[in-house]
Amino acid sequence: MTLLQVRDLTVTYDGGARAVRGVDLTLAAGQKLGVAGESGCGKSTLALALLRLLPASAKVTGEVLLGGEDVLTMKWGRVRAVRWAGASIVFQGAMHSLNAVHRVGDQIAEPILLHKRATREGARRKVAELLEHVGLPAARAASYPHELSGGQRQRVMIAMALACDPELIVADEPTTALDVMIQAQILGLISRLVAEQDLGLVMISHDLAVLADTCDRLAVMYAGRVVEEGPAAQVYADALHPYGKALSGSFPTIGDPASRFAPRGLPGDPPDPAALPPGCTFHPRCPVALDVCARDDQELRPAGAGRRAACVRVGRTGAAEDVRARVRGQGREPEH
Amino acid sequence: MTEPQPLLSAAELRLTFPGRRGAPDARAVDGVDLDIAPGEIVALVGESGCGKTSLARTLLGLERPTGGRVTFAGAPLSYTASALKTYRKRVQLVLQDPSGSLNPRHTVYDAVAEGLRIHRYPGDEREAVAGALARAGLRPPERFFLRYPHELSGGQRQRVVIAGALVLEPELIVADEPVASLDASVRGEILALLLRLREEMGLSALVVTHDLGLAWNIADRVAVMYLGRIVETGTVEEVLTSPRHPYTRALLSVLPEATGDPLVLAGEPPDPSRIPPGCRFHVRCQVLASGEAERAGVADACRSRDLPPLSGGGGAQVACHWARARHSSGEAIPTS
Repeated sequence: MTLLQVRDLTVTYDGGARAVRGVDLTLAAGQKLGVAGESGCGKSTLALALLRLLPASAKVTGEVLLGGEDVLTMKWGRVRAVRWAGASIVFQGAMHSLNAVHRVGDQIAEPILLHKRATREGARRKVAELLEHVGLPAARAASYPHELSGGQRQRVMIAMALACDPELIVADEPTTALDVMIQAQILGLISRLVAEQDLGLVMISHDLAVLADTCDRLAVMYAGRVVEEGPAAQVYADALHPYGKALSGSFPTIGDPASRFAPRGLPGDPPDPAALPPGCTFHPRCPVALDVCARDDQELRPAGAGRRAACVRVGRTGAAEDVRARVRGQGREPEH
Repeated sequence: MTEPQPLLSAAELRLTFPGRRGAPDARAVDGVDLDIAPGEIVALVGESGCGKTSLARTLLGLERPTGGRVTFAGAPLSYTASALKTYRKRVQLVLQDPSGSLNPRHTVYDAVAEGLRIHRYPGDEREAVAGALARAGLRPPERFFLRYPHELSGGQRQRVVIAGALVLEPELIVADEPVASLDASVRGEILALLLRLREEMGLSALVVTHDLGLAWNIADRVAVMYLGRIVETGTVEEVLTSPRHPYTRALLSVLPEATGDPLVLAGEPPDPSRIPPGCRFHVRCQVLASGEAERAGVADACRSRDLPPLSGGGGAQVACHWARARHSSGEAIPTS
């Protein structure tokens, strides 16, 4: 069953920054979708748009179908009901997202009291159950955020996201500020919860390696668009888009002689969303750009089983080498 | 084999913070030997709270050790104001968050020239600043002189911070998480810069990080720190491809690209004010918990006998009763 379907979503901020420029995504229940990209690529804007959390000045078009209902056009009362109960967000930086002057148990109970019309006693029991579920002793409900470690706070955030039994969880950089060992604990917890409760998960991160390890499918964003999408392991190990390649190449594999004393990155910086370059937005940084890339925008196109990529080299003919050969042979740019 | 004289050396270094309100003292650095040879890049890895930043600060003379000593170029570090000023010309610190360590109201030129002014640089200031910016990869340097930090990308800001460290032509830099706040594609570029500086200027570096991939990318040697002590050290190849300490093995096993089952340690690193007796890792040790240490006949030692600190330079060493027992019995150590 399709849980979430995003169709041609665009977000333009006041001031002209085109943060999201036509994104399509599909997610079924029990599936984990990773959205990867660097600062400013629009991935967090995408997360906020899914639950209509953007400022009123941002212009949003397209459709966000959650269980068949369009979040972007539903009435405010319905939006409030959908938040928490239909879909909830685990934000990055648990320290800043939790209220420092309230006990964590009360913070978890708040949506339960509001959305489930539970009694105080019922909410207290549910909080204890949720805390146990995320691996914290129920007595932790009486703690304030500052009394907890970073990993424990992130567990509280996850318990809160689960409070109203949502069908979809959007996790925005859920492990970014955490140590590797704590990160492994939290990722294990998220994967277990998704499997047990048949939830849908959209996980957003800059860390392609973590996403590839946790998610089923992966979408790589660049300058407000998905430039590559496919099964997680394939996208990580064998990216088709030059940006996907550069990004996965910048995560070294320990033990791989090719990356020893050879850190890999990508020269240049991502473009300013208010002043995007013409043609393919990646062409100024692309190591294999053709002349045509500066002129023609590249749409996502099928690229093998279950995969899509937005690159001129991934054409109907498929083979990149083929494109190059044609360019050389004819002395002009290939036709589309 | 004779070792070259280390450039920077710590011997039996201790840093203790007094406990407040009768609490026991926190032993942040608890007996560390560490050598850095000229032109060598050493990675100091460990989780938050393991004491790696305290150790780095002590090596820089920012903290006065409560025990042991720091030796630079053969002479013990003196803590008089003028001696420290001279020392800090030769050993420079690069901080982790370039946005936080640059003054937003200083231009790039002022930020880089600050060190020269403090040390009353006798030569041509403009030339020195331009040289440092160019070496840090900001070319042409004149174009950056009058820019403010907010006009630069994250990667460029980190290059400015590195240029500020390079302008006094130090012999060693201590970089605390130099790429943690940068995007993956930019990370590789900054790490490549550190490698190039070592090649061009013979610069030594101590890189403090929680990122084992970074160590694989640029370091010659690695020291793994746990609760104030170095628990395993050796060349990067030795430690990262055939780890012997259960802690190092666990850290490597939870990396996303690791093969085999992750060994997720429960809980968080214990408090440096309550270091467990015996081996400091024994309460979380998976080898002890699985009964493996019992079979090797070292379980009692793990619980009751502390291990001597590892020596600072040279070959592979491990502070683990179990690994030592296996080593001396000549048993092959699996590399998984």
